[in-house]
Amino acid sequence: MRPLMYAVAGVFAAVSLLSAPVSAAELRVGLSTEPTSVDPHYHNLSPNNALATHIFGNLVEQGPVQELLPGLATSWKPVADDVWEFKLREGVKFHDGSPFTADDVVFTIKRAGNVPDSPSSFAIYTAAIKDVKVVDPLTVHFVTDGPYPLLPNDLSGIAIVSRKYGEGASTADYNSGKAAIGAGPYKLVSFTPGQSIVLEANKNYWGDKPKFEKVTFRPITNPAARVAALLSGDVDLIDGVPTADIAQLKKNSAVSLSDAVSNRIIYLHIDSDREVTPHVTAKDGKEIKNPFKDVRVRKAISMAINRKAIVDRVMEGVAIPAGQLLPKGFFGVSPNIEVPKYDPEAAKKLLAEAGYPDGFKLTIHGPNDRYINDAQIVQAVAQMLSRVGIDTAVDTMPRSTFFGRASKLEFSLLLVGWGSGTGEASSPLKSLLATYDKEKGMGPSNRGRYSNPEFDKTLAQALVTVDDAKREKLLQKATEIAMADVGLIPLHYEVSTWATRKGFEYTGRSDQATQAMDVTIK
Amino acid sequence: MSVFILRRLMQSLVLLCVMTIIVFAGVYAIGNPIDILISPDATQAEYDRAVRALGLDLPLWQQYLVFLSKLVQGDLGKSFVFNEPALTLVFSRLPATLELAFAAMLLSIVIGIPLGLWAGLRPDSVAGRSIMAGSIFGFSLPNFWQGLMLIMVFSVFLQWLPAGGRGPTANFLGINSSLFTAEGWQHLLLPALNLALFKMSLVIRLTRAGVRETLLLDYVKFARAKGLSSRRVIFVHVFKNILIPLVTVIGLELGSVIAFAVVTETIFAWPGIGKLIIDSIFVLDRPVIVAYLIVIVLMFITINLIVDILYSVLDPRVRLADMKS
Amino acid sequence: MSASQTEPLAAAPAPAKKAISPWRRLLSAFFESKLAVVGLVGLVLIILAALFAPLLAPQNPYDLTQIDIMDSKLPPGAESYTGMIYVLGTDGQGRDMLSGILYGLRISLIVGVLSGFFALLIGTSMGLSAAYFGGRVETLIMRLVDLQLSFPAILVALILLAILGRGVDKVILALIVVQWAYYARASRGAALVERRKEYIESARSLALSTPRIIFRHLLPNCLPPVIVIGTVQVANAIALEATLSFLGIGLPVTEPSLGLLISNGFNYLLSGRYWISFFPGLALLLTIIAINLVGDQLRDILNPRLQR
Repeated sequence: MRPLMYAVAGVFAAVSLLSAPVSAAELRVGLSTEPTSVDPHYHNLSPNNALATHIFGNLVEQGPVQELLPGLATSWKPVADDVWEFKLREGVKFHDGSPFTADDVVFTIKRAGNVPDSPSSFAIYTAAIKDVKVVDPLTVHFVTDGPYPLLPNDLSGIAIVSRKYGEGASTADYNSGKAAIGAGPYKLVSFTPGQSIVLEANKNYWGDKPKFEKVTFRPITNPAARVAALLSGDVDLIDGVPTADIAQLKKNSAVSLSDAVSNRIIYLHIDSDREVTPHVTAKDGKEIKNPFKDVRVRKAISMAINRKAIVDRVMEGVAIPAGQLLPKGFFGVSPNIEVPKYDPEAAKKLLAEAGYPDGFKLTIHGPNDRYINDAQIVQAVAQMLSRVGIDTAVDTMPRSTFFGRASKLEFSLLLVGWGSGTGEASSPLKSLLATYDKEKGMGPSNRGRYSNPEFDKTLAQALVTVDDAKREKLLQKATEIAMADVGLIPLHYEVSTWATRKGFEYTGRSDQATQAMDVTIK
Repeated sequence: MSVFILRRLMQSLVLLCVMTIIVFAGVYAIGNPIDILISPDATQAEYDRAVRALGLDLPLWQQYLVFLSKLVQGDLGKSFVFNEPALTLVFSRLPATLELAFAAMLLSIVIGIPLGLWAGLRPDSVAGRSIMAGSIFGFSLPNFWQGLMLIMVFSVFLQWLPAGGRGPTANFLGINSSLFTAEGWQHLLLPALNLALFKMSLVIRLTRAGVRETLLLDYVKFARAKGLSSRRVIFVHVFKNILIPLVTVIGLELGSVIAFAVVTETIFAWPGIGKLIIDSIFVLDRPVIVAYLIVIVLMFITINLIVDILYSVLDPRVRLADMKS
Repeated sequence: MSASQTEPLAAAPAPAKKAISPWRRLLSAFFESKLAVVGLVGLVLIILAALFAPLLAPQNPYDLTQIDIMDSKLPPGAESYTGMIYVLGTDGQGRDMLSGILYGLRISLIVGVLSGFFALLIGTSMGLSAAYFGGRVETLIMRLVDLQLSFPAILVALILLAILGRGVDKVILALIVVQWAYYARASRGAALVERRKEYIESARSLALSTPRIIFRHLLPNCLPPVIVIGTVQVANAIALEATLSFLGIGLPVTEPSLGLLISNGFNYLLSGRYWISFFPGLALLLTIIAINLVGDQLRDILNPRLQR
């Protein structure tokens, strides 16, 4: 059977060399997740945002590792404590030929947070903006609520739409193409949910000329079917290559792979707050005090996990063991934090010290359709915890039930992931580790209810420091505090992978987006 | 007859009512769609806004009343995910699924009935036994696994057919379908086959069983003894008799083919309602789930009605009056 | 399934066999087909293997301390560091496939048989009652059937399990809810035809009790279609459970059924690690084929209209 498989792959490789790229002018992409709308302000969802980048373009753009680059704005700087000045690019035209001006920016900022029926609006990116002032047609002033260093990051998340077409336009008008007039490198031809999204080149694009006449995106959510579509030549590029197939695809000369470390950390959130936590009992089933309140127990769990084994065996080498919230190279990452060492003996000792020489009983929860190999990771962790004496059961479920229950704090130890949309450390620190505060909007995804006043103070200071170097130091310090205290248990950073047919090459991005602009023809 | 149909329709209304209540309660029990749809960065204030925007802050019974009052105006609500009318969404995906279902039923009947007849008439021949063995195999393959195997063999290895997706559509007699293009058929063949294999086995078995039973009936024996050619015996008597179970099955199974297209559509990236419903369930897009079910139920009711009427035509022993309903 | 069920037909065609007890006759009829015997032997072996899984399996695949992630995805015949041989290889978690299959077989059989049995019991009683009583009872039952059948089975199971959570008992419950209507519809259809036949009329005119007519006269003659559906449904239930696992709900991941093992292995199919889904797939295939072979022959010998 095994030689047969190789024979299949070999024969296939030979065949597809003959039937190499159809036409370089066309690109066909198989997507793992489908954009739900062309309206760039309807749903703040990665695939939607990636599609919007093709059609619309933002004031500030994000490069391959989410570094901020000039887009429709050529430069920006703070001109007062609470005022940012943005200079707009000259001579930019929308798809219909009408000019792009400051007025379109004003309109966009107003629209972004106010699309009716939005299940997740862009208001989080415009919340800090108190006022938008047009200084001249190519200069805009953003007045913020106090000092706000992250404004350029926030604006990199908002696609600019034309007032002419956007005024009074509904989401359906964007989907039909009527209002989908932007200043991006591609124009919308058609949007057929579930079937395809077709784009064509915008010949008048202000930046690098688009490389493809026509781009077709096809949602193929099943991973095996996606790989099959690539192998059979139905598509030229796929994202989310299943880890199981990577080794095999590497041997296939008709396919080339590319990857990029993502901004997504996979971690365990741990209930360090409640007196009694729902899924921990003594081994005989009796209720006990929440052991996770003791930092020694949290540390022991972190040490009991063999991160390298998870990366090698479950992720097939396509991930990076993690010791903090973002991988090296991102803004705010601390150089002083090591990946916690795997040491089951020391973990047992720590457990005994904390008063649990015989361990306890625990159920870990996790989603099974959200992150790469999520259910497998949970099981592997359970194995490792069982080895240090903690009787561990596993419960995984679809995200439709998981996230709701997780937010209602129904779990004790849970596997979650976090992608930093802004590409710097304040995003996970603020959302995952800051003390939960509904009013101030702090710790919205802090599902372990970790709380540390010293950490909160350092982070709060960082969030209002406009000076980049000073802010980075503060973010690093906050990360170090939380990691020493094991506020959560980092496991690994996801590595995103793409595969292309011979003749195409993809340059991976850390934000896991798949863009035609990053494809090169060989 | 018309009384019969009218009564059926009344009952169907009640049924729809019960069903929508169940779906509302069911989705409500599973979770809150906002938990899945909202960006993880969102603050509590943004969360609350989204919940209000979709009307999910009201008590369940009020949400249901809102739904009913809109329903009366023919409005099934907008999809939480796509922000488009749910019914429009379902109807835009329906043709793809119908296409797939009809192609699958056609395959299973066109191939299944002759094979079943053969196996029934010559039960002890090698061919007859092979057909039955094949039908058992057809039953036993797990659908999703079989789908991947088809892709592996026909798309990856042989490269004869595309691995998934729907081909281009063309317009014929006002119907827009990929059935009218050659490329459309290429795309259709594998998923239709995947969907058809199970039904084909069922048709083979039922036809064979029907034939074997019929051949032993007195009137067929008599017809044979009377010296009628065996072809005539087969086609007039046997065939007429086995039509009854076949109609039941085909009628019932057409519905289930449409419903069960979920798995096939997922594997072959077929943009039909099966794919839509499974995606909608995973993100708890209630308006779409409800709209889908209403459409499906109406379709089932129609099919069942036709089956019952056909029954009475084919088998005089069963009269519609018997059905009381 | 007692011999008495074949009573009404025994009278007519086969006077020669009168000396032998009906039970023996059934048995000998069953053994007429070699294929069916093979199926029966296979099925018995499979059931025994499932029953004695803890004795036969080299490891307990549900005990997390006995499996090791470092041994994951090993090919058949590989050796673990403790010296144990993984005859059929290991899966993504380092679980011995042979042990996994033996234990998984148990769960799949339990799910399939129990859900099929209860669905048949409930469905057939409903269907026969509907046909026999007619009137409001029939309307009520058949509308209920319509209600059930108008929900796609997979959807009902999905929603039910999403609400109920994971567990063998919950999967069985969901599968009963999904299946009973098929039995009801089929048995009613058959009974409608039977009801008009003379023997039921005469049984009625003899003033036999209702349950007696239903169970001793109506039921046996409606059994063939019910058994066809029954054999299909047991296999179906097992496959449906696998599909639910494929979609990510149903059984707990740490205690996989055959279906769950296949769907876990599904991800490795294109990468050449065939054994993770191939062997459980084979086990499932053989099980279902054995069930169908036996079911086929049972149907043939129970069918009154096929008596020679």
